[in-house]
Amino acid sequence: MTMRPDPTFHASPRLAMEAPAENFAYTLLLSPDFSKPDALAVIDVKPGSPTYSQIVHTVTMPNKGDEFHHFGWNACSSALSPLAGHAFIERRYLIIPGIRSSRIYIIDTKPDPTKAKIHRIIEPEEIFKKTGYSRPHTIHCGPDGIYVSTLGGGGKDGTNGPPGVFIMDCETFEVLGRWEIDRGPQTLHYDFWWNLPRDYMVTSEWALPPQFENGIVPEDLLSNKYGHRLHFWDLRARRNVQTIDLGANHQMALEVRPAHDPVREYGFVGVVVDTTNLEASIWTWWREGGKFHAEKTATIPPEPAPKEKLPPLLQGFGAVPPLVTDIDLSMDDRFLYVSCWGTGEMRQYDVSDPRKPKLAGSVHIGGIARRTAHPNGKSFAAGPQMVEISRDGRRVYWTNSLYSTWDDQFYPDGVPGVEVMANVGRNGGLELDKDYFVSFPDGYRAHQIRLEGGDCSTDSFCYPSV
Amino acid sequence: MFDGLLLLPVGLDWGHASPALGWLWLALVASGLYHGVNPGMGWPLAVSAGLMDKSPSALFRALWALSAGHLLATFLVLLPFAFLLVLVEWQRSIQIGASLLVIGFGVYRLIARRHPRGLARIPPTQLALWSFAVAIAHGAALMLVPIYLGLCQAFEFDAGHEAAGALMKTSLFKTSLGMAVLVSLVHVAAMVGAGGCLAWLVYRHLGLKFVSRSWFNLDAVWATSLVLVGAVALALNLASWR
Repeated sequence: MTMRPDPTFHASPRLAMEAPAENFAYTLLLSPDFSKPDALAVIDVKPGSPTYSQIVHTVTMPNKGDEFHHFGWNACSSALSPLAGHAFIERRYLIIPGIRSSRIYIIDTKPDPTKAKIHRIIEPEEIFKKTGYSRPHTIHCGPDGIYVSTLGGGGKDGTNGPPGVFIMDCETFEVLGRWEIDRGPQTLHYDFWWNLPRDYMVTSEWALPPQFENGIVPEDLLSNKYGHRLHFWDLRARRNVQTIDLGANHQMALEVRPAHDPVREYGFVGVVVDTTNLEASIWTWWREGGKFHAEKTATIPPEPAPKEKLPPLLQGFGAVPPLVTDIDLSMDDRFLYVSCWGTGEMRQYDVSDPRKPKLAGSVHIGGIARRTAHPNGKSFAAGPQMVEISRDGRRVYWTNSLYSTWDDQFYPDGVPGVEVMANVGRNGGLELDKDYFVSFPDGYRAHQIRLEGGDCSTDSFCYPSV
Repeated sequence: MFDGLLLLPVGLDWGHASPALGWLWLALVASGLYHGVNPGMGWPLAVSAGLMDKSPSALFRALWALSAGHLLATFLVLLPFAFLLVLVEWQRSIQIGASLLVIGFGVYRLIARRHPRGLARIPPTQLALWSFAVAIAHGAALMLVPIYLGLCQAFEFDAGHEAAGALMKTSLFKTSLGMAVLVSLVHVAAMVGAGGCLAWLVYRHLGLKFVSRSWFNLDAVWATSLVLVGAVALALNLASWR
């Protein structure tokens, strides 16, 4: 309980952009063969600091095989919601789920990020018992608690009942139970986000655990059995109000990125692969006349490649699919960053007109066939994957691992963890920073990044930027 | 004897009614201003509404809904007391009971600091309901009870003590009911005046930074105010009895 709102809570996206820049980046490390415990790395990102671009602290977990993926804060700018009327909690704890173990770690980042430590561990049984869900994934700090999306239902392989969202208390971390009252036709889950004042949530679909835990199942993909729908929900009524099918060939609709400014009722979602032509696509969804709509607004073509440059999985296709596995929207809703994990490219689209994205910048790094090195000469395995943007929109950070078993299928030569950063020009354009290159301890891969004080995929706002 | 009791000013010297009456009205207006500036009672919602719709009229519509909710909550909390006041012979117990209730709720708020989660689940489109629920949950309306009882006492003394029997009860009820309406209206007018001014200033001049900057944790202060209001009423009540 504090006397003032946390200084990192901002009423509007614009105020968040004007706040001081981040000094630390938190990055999740996973042991792909489960031989070592997963970890949280704290990286110094303060320019001019003697330890710039180095790991300054590591929190190593006491268990193995958790498989860290995404994570989030116990509280963010959504605490300034005028409806909550109570902004006196701290952005202090990182909530880190293990998507393989269903265990959740609560990490205390106070008094200093370099002294971060485990605060509490929520064992999988508690989550199974209280929610009937498994494989917790995306974390968002909401007005009435921490929302956690899951990828699995009950049972050993997570197929006993559909996956969904559950809520945790943001101070005691007690698992409170399922969020949905009426899930409608939703049976798969991946990402979710919302517009708080407009009172809706959007969720996306990846797959059920047997379709991803032991690697991508090519037969399932080619028969369009991965997720391809968006679900729109009444947030307070916890009811599915509309489902939009993007078309069965648009396999794996993953990250949902609504405009940060709550007055804008649109957002984006990335589709990993179109099974008819290996294309990746960006879709814009919006609300108009009380209904939600979605259309494909950008496509990224596959790149032909000789068989010897391809992993066995792709040799029959003679091409590299772009594999858009993550997207992220800048705080001013102007630039959408698109990770092409297959072709090894980070794209920057100007989405000022949200239904007409314009390619504004691009850097190549890694890639299945291209294997572009970093400008500093070092090699970059795999491709750009989890991407995070600084609040001011000037720096874009990313890592290279997608998911342990999938990494091995697409990049059988190995995916040593790397984190890089690109600087963004005033009017767009993207250039890799030669001095920012974080390599991680041997045997670790790197996944999602969270920036100190919030970033472009953590905070949600209740007031528009005017 | 009971008539004598009734004549006893509760916490106030009705023989010299006007200054004490003035203080009570002042306390009522002050409580309105206090609730109005407290962000927990809703002025940031009016700012948000105005900004989301890009129109000052949305801000005023939100203020209107917030006032309606707060008004209803206040009136509904005062209403049982308006009925109870008819029981003239129990007036003293009612007042002591009310003071203890307010103190008790304040102490409860001091101990149980968690905010009711349900409040955040009310849809943003139902501002009046939200305002009603918040005023009830935080004891905003309860805070007015001792002031209300004091004011009733004064008026009933003026109007009622010469009447007798059933006639007196009817007129007592009319007075206390009328007073409940008046107290609610005055309180909400002061509240919406203060909250509205703040909302407008933030909307037009101060900017959104003011929202997080001005937001102090009033939980302890709020709970203490409840205890204080109850305690003052109780003390005055007991003092006047001697």
